[in-house]
Amino acid sequence: MSKFGKKKKEMPAVNTSSLPDIVFMLLFFFMVTTVMRESDLAIENPRLPSASEVKKLERKSLVSTIYVGKAKDAKYGVSYNRIQLNDKIATPDDVPSFILLERSNISELEVPFMTTSIKMDKESSVGTLADIREKLRDVNALKLSLSTHKASDIKK
Amino acid sequence: MARRENPEINAGSMADIAFLLLIFFLVTTTMDVDSGIPKKLAERTEVKPPIVKEKNIFQISINRNNQLFVENEGMELKDLKDAAIKFIDNGGGIGNPMPGKDAGAACNYCKGAKDPTSSDHPNKAIIAVESDRATEFGTYVAVQNELLKAYAELRNKLCQDKYGMSFTELDKAFKASARKDNALRKKVEDIKSSYPQIISDSEPTNVQ
Repeated sequence: MSKFGKKKKEMPAVNTSSLPDIVFMLLFFFMVTTVMRESDLAIENPRLPSASEVKKLERKSLVSTIYVGKAKDAKYGVSYNRIQLNDKIATPDDVPSFILLERSNISELEVPFMTTSIKMDKESSVGTLADIREKLRDVNALKLSLSTHKASDIKK
Repeated sequence: MARRENPEINAGSMADIAFLLLIFFLVTTTMDVDSGIPKKLAERTEVKPPIVKEKNIFQISINRNNQLFVENEGMELKDLKDAAIKFIDNGGGIGNPMPGKDAGAACNYCKGAKDPTSSDHPNKAIIAVESDRATEFGTYVAVQNELLKAYAELRNKLCQDKYGMSFTELDKAFKASARKDNALRKKVEDIKSSYPQIISDSEPTNVQ
C-alpha cells in the first residue's frame, strides 16, 4: 500500500526550449516582410524639409511618387535637381508618360483622386519643382503633395 | 578529474531576449505614412484670369539667396504669419458672394483693421508666392507652411467662436465619422468657405 503514501511532488515543467525558435521565426518574418520603400533609389535619400501643416496621404494605391535629389551615380553630376521616376533618373519631359502609366493601373473612376507626391530634397531648387508642375498640368494631374516630415511647433 | 557530463546551458531566458528584440522592432518600425503639404494645380484653360485689384494681392517673393520679400520689403520668416493674418483678415470691403448667396457682403466675422487699402474680404484675398528658379525647396516649403499656419489660425479662431471647438477638432470629428455626418460636413464647409486658402504660385523668375 505504499502507492497511496506517495504523492507526486511536482508537475513536470513544460518544455520551453523551442520557444526562442518560434519567437525568432516571428522576428525574422517581420524583419523580412517590412518593406521600406517600393522602388530602389537612384538618388540619395532626399532630406525632406519639415512642416507642421501637413496632410496625410490616405490611399496609397492612388499615390505616385516622384523623387528629386542628388544622383548617386557621379555621371549625373552633383546638383540636387535630378528627377527619379520609377527606378531611373529621368527628365521633366518623362513626367507625363510616367503619370499616364500610373493611371493605366487604376480604374477610371478613381483617376481624379490620384495624387502625385513629390519627395524633394531641401537643397533642390524651386525651378525643378516648377518644371514638374507644368508637366503635371499638361496631363491634368492636378493634385499634388509636397512631401515633408511632420514637425511639431514645440520643438522650436 | 574530468567532468563526466557537460552541464546543459540554461536557455530559459533566450525567449525573453528574443521577445525583447521582437518588441523593439515592432515598436521602432514606423510604417512611414507619407505626409506632405497639399497643393492644387490650376487647370490649363483658355479663359483669361480675371483682373484682380492690386490691394487684394499679397505679394511674396523669395530671391535666389532665400531671402523673403513681402510687398517689396524684406521680412523675416517668423513675421510672415502675422503679416498674412493681418492681410487675410482685413475685411475692408465687399467680398465675393458666399456659396448659396447672390450678392457679396462685407466680412462680418473678420477681426482685422478694415483698412480700405488692404484686402476686401478673405475670399478675395489672394496670396501670390513668387520665387526664383534657384530658390531652395526648403525655404519654399517653410514659406508655404507659414501661410498655411496663418489660415489654420484664422479658421480655428472662427470655428471656436461659432461652434465652440477648434477647426482641427471639428475636422477630426468629421473624418472620424467617415465623412458621412452631414451636420459636421456643413460646419466644415462653412469654415472652409469663410477662409478659403487662395495661394497662387507664379512662374519662377530667372533673374541673373
